Amino acid sequence: MTAVTSANTAAGCAAPDQSAPIPASVDLEKETVITGTVVADSGEAVAGAYVRLLDSTGEFTAEVVTSPEGLFRFFAAPGTWTLRALSRHGNGDATVTASQGINQVGVTVA
Amino acid sequence: MSRDTALVSADWAEKNLDAPGVVFVEVDEDTTAYDAGHIPGAIKLDWKTDLQDPVRRDFVNKQQFEALLSERGIGNDDTVILYGGNNNWFAAYAYWYFKLYGHRDVKLLDGGRKKWELDARTLTKDPVTRPATQYVAQEPDLTIRAFRDEAVAAIGTKNLVDVRSPDEFAGRLLAPAHLPQEQAQRAGHIPTAVNVPWSKAANEDGTFKSDDDLRQIYGDAGLDDSKATIAYCRIGERSSHTWFVLKELLGHQDVKNYDGSWTEYGSLVGVPVVLGDEPGKA
Repeated sequence: MTAVTSANTAAGCAAPDQSAPIPASVDLEKETVITGTVVADSGEAVAGAYVRLLDSTGEFTAEVVTSPEGLFRFFAAPGTWTLRALSRHGNGDATVTASQGINQVGVTVA
Repeated sequence: MSRDTALVSADWAEKNLDAPGVVFVEVDEDTTAYDAGHIPGAIKLDWKTDLQDPVRRDFVNKQQFEALLSERGIGNDDTVILYGGNNNWFAAYAYWYFKLYGHRDVKLLDGGRKKWELDARTLTKDPVTRPATQYVAQEPDLTIRAFRDEAVAAIGTKNLVDVRSPDEFAGRLLAPAHLPQEQAQRAGHIPTAVNVPWSKAANEDGTFKSDDDLRQIYGDAGLDDSKATIAYCRIGERSSHTWFVLKELLGHQDVKNYDGSWTEYGSLVGVPVVLGDEPGKA
């Protein structure tokens, strides 16, 4: 499964399964991973939310759809990023100052 | 071409789900979204397994395209409405194929899957089959496809538009940020290319911005219709989105999609590459 996932990501541009473990081929000594969960006001995880990664100037950089558990994941670079989530429950924003390795951030939509 | 002939709204689509001669087609690189729920009556095309050559790096040829559409039940006279995830990237890519192979009536669903989902419109898991057809494709229209030598020759002469994110353009990222960054090719962009990220052309819900806004965006970037334009990205799908905007919505005369894009150009030996936020010199 890992091999298939990494082959897909190398060839294409679609977002990989957001709840799958980070593929073994991903080097966390090099990657800056921004990951977290989209939750509603009630605290419930929101599946199928569209999460947009915006750079420090507000420019769109990437978008993924949250997994059934509400998870999202980006491979970015160190710096300040904004996460903007769109969902049927409403929208929400969060900012994160990311460094190399795994950076956790939650987004609440209302 | 114009918005009226190239684009349909979600409201129009909802009213025409059962219209005779209209075929809805979901196109994605990963079709698990289709399998979990699709627009009623829509068939699926898998960008990777249906539309790419299984061995060499190219998309399906004329015979493969004919066989695919015949098997899926799309006729030459059908109105094909394409939609998909990723802000319609792969649907726009498929739109470009349909145009390349001369399909008469093909349109994009404005906003694609995202708007449909955010609007909470109906999705179904019901299987869809259509009777087979005898589809006949035209010879590929190479006036809308650029190859690597044209991309190199366009430096300093044609409009080159790099539609990747600013960080990819500058060489700070090698792929869109939902993908791991380790890639074979060099970072940067083609000299003299201007950076107009595809996302500038779309609203947050995936719909296209108004014609006036689009004219302003590409006008400000210096992309006018007096010169030929080549659009590229990483693998050619985001640049299909921009190709669609320039050629089909704004009606620019000479616009090509360079589908080899950065994964090809950034691997070529000896070609010039520019790092940083400026277009650079020829």
